[in-house]
Amino acid sequence: MSNTLFDKVWDSHVVKKIKNGPDVLFIDRHLVHEVTSPVAFLGLTNRKLNVLFPEKTFATADHNTPTKNQNLPIKDPLSAKQLQTLKLNAKRHEIPFWGLGHKKNGIVHVIGPENGITLPGATIVCGDSHTSTHGAFGAIAFGIGTSEVEMVLSTQCVLQPKPKKMRITINGNLKEHVTPKDVALYIISQITTSGATGYFVEYAGNVFKQMSMEGRMTVCNLSIEMGARGGMIAPDKKTIDYVKGKEFTPQGDEFLELSKYWISLRSEKNALFDKEYLFDGNQIEPMITYGTNPGMGISISNKIPFSRDLNVNKETFEKSLKYMNFNEGDNLIGKKIDYVFLGSCTNGRIEDFREFAKFVRGKKKSPNVTAWLVPGSHNVHKEIVKEGIFDILINSGFEIREPGCSACLAMNEDKIPNGKYVVSTSNRNFEGRQGPGARTILASPVVAAAAAVTGKITDPRKI
Amino acid sequence: MSYDKFVKLSSTVVPLPIENIDTDQIIPARFLKATERNGFGDNLFRDWRYDENNKKKKDFVLNNQKFSGNILVAGKNFGSGSSREHAAWAIYDYGFRCVISSFFADIFKNNCLNIGVLPVQVSSTFLEKIFELVYTNPETIVNINLNSQSVSIKNSELTENFNINEYKKNNMLNGFDDIDYLLNIKDSIINFSKNTPI
Repeated sequence: MSNTLFDKVWDSHVVKKIKNGPDVLFIDRHLVHEVTSPVAFLGLTNRKLNVLFPEKTFATADHNTPTKNQNLPIKDPLSAKQLQTLKLNAKRHEIPFWGLGHKKNGIVHVIGPENGITLPGATIVCGDSHTSTHGAFGAIAFGIGTSEVEMVLSTQCVLQPKPKKMRITINGNLKEHVTPKDVALYIISQITTSGATGYFVEYAGNVFKQMSMEGRMTVCNLSIEMGARGGMIAPDKKTIDYVKGKEFTPQGDEFLELSKYWISLRSEKNALFDKEYLFDGNQIEPMITYGTNPGMGISISNKIPFSRDLNVNKETFEKSLKYMNFNEGDNLIGKKIDYVFLGSCTNGRIEDFREFAKFVRGKKKSPNVTAWLVPGSHNVHKEIVKEGIFDILINSGFEIREPGCSACLAMNEDKIPNGKYVVSTSNRNFEGRQGPGARTILASPVVAAAAAVTGKITDPRKI
Repeated sequence: MSYDKFVKLSSTVVPLPIENIDTDQIIPARFLKATERNGFGDNLFRDWRYDENNKKKKDFVLNNQKFSGNILVAGKNFGSGSSREHAAWAIYDYGFRCVISSFFADIFKNNCLNIGVLPVQVSSTFLEKIFELVYTNPETIVNINLNSQSVSIKNSELTENFNINEYKKNNMLNGFDDIDYLLNIKDSIINFSKNTPI
């Protein structure tokens, strides 16, 4: 039965089915960045191949870029070479390239939607696991490895076994200061970090219907953190309104035709899923993580669980808590923190800055906190200034950096020091993810704002 | 373009019984700055293998001379997180040709298959048994046979079959490559593209 949203989009992109093997899936949009592409381009050179559809390919630099003084030459020679390599590859293969300093530059998953590259019903890939973000538009979007980047560059296709289908339905109403990030962290805490491995997820129910496009992007972004290759939400009027008029969105009659098709993309009433989950939105509280994978999350007012009460490997669980220097049964409220990071493809969009600014307005940043506020793109930065958010943040003692992935993966110089605690709006609390020895507590922009002004883990509802 | 064929492998193993090992552990982001595919093995499990002064951490298995071999045996949900193929490259470059676990993350598994590292998924009981035998005797040999899709422990009755789709199995047995396959159907791809809406 091919009657889910996922089936409709997937099946319409299958060029060929390989018997007892994967499907040959046609890719509408290929996003490319500096870190996972150079070896793929090298492969093209070695095979004497060209990019088959440069017009379906878009390149940006984001993972390995500085977030200060982007106008100056890059100090680290390896990083400089990697950025230069992307520039040369894009030029050689005539791929649109929005490099460092370009007004459209930003995190690949922020600029795709901003510019109408991301469209409903499309297949979108990128050599980055958070490509799942674009599923917010009812697209099938997933991360691929470098060998697959080379496949898509040279043939516009990937070979993929069709994943199983999962639906996660959440009805009810979200409470004050419960954000899309909390919804996602809640789901992952319930189904674990590998709970959706092998599946593609559809998010359904009125919590997602009521959510803004940017909120939907945050949720779909975190699909990979539950193991899913991607997650998607059926397009609705909000989706159509969002993509309308963007630079790369088709215009005029073509747009009207496409809109009709896009709005038809939804799972039928009798659609069959391989697995279904149902959660109550009213039960979700502001969330934080306490361990070293995104599934180790709790409501901010709850205590760290005991391993004996969980279905986990004791050795792995203890290793994780030891790394964080936490104990089973600890309550994290009041725990002193050192850094706050607002940004990333998870929470680096304008709504995230609005939420953060709304909370810190009229308050001051705690003197013991170093805060890195990194917009997802130049467009987001422009909007921050335009809406007066910039002034609010400056008046509260914050500085705003230039766009990029920054401390989310700490590939550039934005590294949280060894042993320090960071409340981060990013997506991964893995050991060393934000710098060797860094201790990450994942949270929403609101919880991050509460931590930034108090210098400790604080329930935003108690301020 | 082809890669090493994989037909059979007999080797001692390196045990790493931690669950949810993510690709940031396999290779941290700060080592992803290369523009060519070499040298990643040196940084495999970098922060578990070396301390902040680049001194080897004695308690980590790769620094323990008792354990060696071409097979890495790891806890459940191996390779989660980032899609970086560098993780699979690091494993290959270090000398592993096969990873055994009771569960793999999707993208990592694909990346392994695309470069000729065989991911072998076994039951959690079988995995525990390997750990137990290897800790008792680090010389324990594990045999992998891709043709019969079987994994067995030498000098024991223990054997199990594993899944792999026929297409990928054939690729690995012969060292075939997906791009060669796709290039052969390029005309159908171009025809297909003419009817896509965007």
